[in-house]
Amino acid sequence: MDLKRLQQLDEFRWTVPLRAAEERAPVVLYGTVELLESMDDKVLEQAVNVAKLPGIAGSSMVMPDGHWGYGFPIGGVAAFDAQRGGIVSAGGVGFDISCGIRCLRTNLTWPQAAPKIDALAEALFRIIPAGVGSEGRLRLPPEELDEVLSGGAQWAVEQGYGTAEDLACIEDGGRVEGAKPECVSLLAKQRQEGEMGTLGSGNHYLEVQVVERVHDAAAAAAYGLFQDQVLVSIHCGSRGLGHQVGTDYLVSLAKAAQRLGIQLPERELACAPIASPEGQQYLGAMTAAINCALANRQILAHLTRTAFARVLPDAVLETLFDVSHNTCKCETHVVDGKEQQVYVHRKGATRAFGPGHPALPEQYRAAGQPVIIGGTMGTGSYILAGVDEKQNQAFASACHGAGRAMSRTQALKRWRGDQLLQELKHQGILIRAHSARGAAEEAPGAYKDVDSVCEATEKAGLAKRVVHMVPRACVKG
Amino acid sequence: MESGERSDRPGCSAYFEHDADFGVAGRGATVEEAFIQAAQAMFAIMVEPDKLRDDAQFAFEFEEPDLELALIVWLNRLLAEARRNGLALRRFALRRDGPRWLGAAWGQRWDDSLARGTEVKGATLTMLSVRLTAGQWEARCVVDV
Repeated sequence: MDLKRLQQLDEFRWTVPLRAAEERAPVVLYGTVELLESMDDKVLEQAVNVAKLPGIAGSSMVMPDGHWGYGFPIGGVAAFDAQRGGIVSAGGVGFDISCGIRCLRTNLTWPQAAPKIDALAEALFRIIPAGVGSEGRLRLPPEELDEVLSGGAQWAVEQGYGTAEDLACIEDGGRVEGAKPECVSLLAKQRQEGEMGTLGSGNHYLEVQVVERVHDAAAAAAYGLFQDQVLVSIHCGSRGLGHQVGTDYLVSLAKAAQRLGIQLPERELACAPIASPEGQQYLGAMTAAINCALANRQILAHLTRTAFARVLPDAVLETLFDVSHNTCKCETHVVDGKEQQVYVHRKGATRAFGPGHPALPEQYRAAGQPVIIGGTMGTGSYILAGVDEKQNQAFASACHGAGRAMSRTQALKRWRGDQLLQELKHQGILIRAHSARGAAEEAPGAYKDVDSVCEATEKAGLAKRVVHMVPRACVKG
Repeated sequence: MESGERSDRPGCSAYFEHDADFGVAGRGATVEEAFIQAAQAMFAIMVEPDKLRDDAQFAFEFEEPDLELALIVWLNRLLAEARRNGLALRRFALRRDGPRWLGAAWGQRWDDSLARGTEVKGATLTMLSVRLTAGQWEARCVVDV
């Protein structure tokens, strides 16, 4: 990104000055000089386009892991006010609706688990359905799927996948109100028929991690985390159903915007007013897809426990937290000094409620929300904690990962999957991948430095670092 | 040709650069051929087409007068039908009758012998264009993986 186009607000915040006669909301980009320089100019273009959408409240923002997306930038955050004609955008949520991370903490230390890591990686690889074309053991015809779309992770627990204790540590208690399964197409439901409890491919993974560094001892204690502890992170979303909801509404909202006379800077920002029938239908379908994702990660957590029980029978796996990073949700925030309800789009950005927020489970209310950041299969990941909204002025949002530094095409030219897996094995990281090509596309070197991203996130006042984890075994689709 | 784009021969499939995903392009003498070549490029991300049999098929139709949106509907409908039928695809056919499009695809059921690539979630409106240049149609967009 050409930094000459930006104006620096402070060490970690930048803006784009308004040109003469230009009408739009402010744009704020978070990050260091190095992180912003590594972003494509398209990120800036997309953030400016978002700032021109009707009814935007506050600023169009980009998190430190931002990169070029479709419609919104990845790492994009923007809120809209329904009372001022604000919109909801399918491009602001994306195809992988409610993609997110479930983190499980175990009672094991790395020295206890290390002798069994080969067997554990193999068991996880066999039990967790992953990769393009794979299906799970559970098959749900469309009429039965409606219960998942309304019930989310609560439905999964009722079916015997996990426990009620899990639900308390999932965003929204594992079930978001307002789902409208009737607004989800039959094709979307049919696409999901064999996909409940599957991981997917691309950047989705299931990773066994070890706490390598504690940054904040008090917050770590509140989260039940300690040095050398074994954790498991599961990164995936709403699978085929969410992809089809995104697909269906991207086209229908593009047409609706035209019909309703909404001037879009780019067609890919397909949207409709929140208060319109089209906007309400999308919100209902998107919320149903969020519940689908929460149920999916609940089933995967159950399968993970099954794999651990076979290899390490004394292991106890509790849900630390489960939080999504591709959503649009109605939340209360302070805008221009006044508390109001807004629809917050987070596209590759994580909700990060601060201490005292009533939506948080009681045990985390003093420390703030756990914010789970997925790095790469060769470097590391983080658990952050949400901070007070006087500090975080991004509608309680933070980064979601390392962010890509290199395209998949470039990564395929630079790395070979089999060689990469050997190199990681030499570093003590076991990868079980269904696709050698997919592994090459996901090479750690194709991503930004997650340490820099999380340091910038903390210094920009978006969230604070609690622990850093290193990977030990990873199942990839 | 853009930086990062590759094409084995004029009038076939190609890829172009995008930070997180893939840009796919198809070229041909007709708009239908360009759409078919874009589908070839998209499905080759998921599996090597040359390794597939074509002993299973499906057909579908849709209406879309807007050429650019028709490309998106075509690609996304193929993804959905392939998933619904549990198929990996290698061959495509498309006929246009005014705003009505009649499509078909051939492939085989996924099995453990297939070398898997990366799943495509959907075709996006990003860098979407369908245009006739120097007598050749080109259809392109970014697909989300």
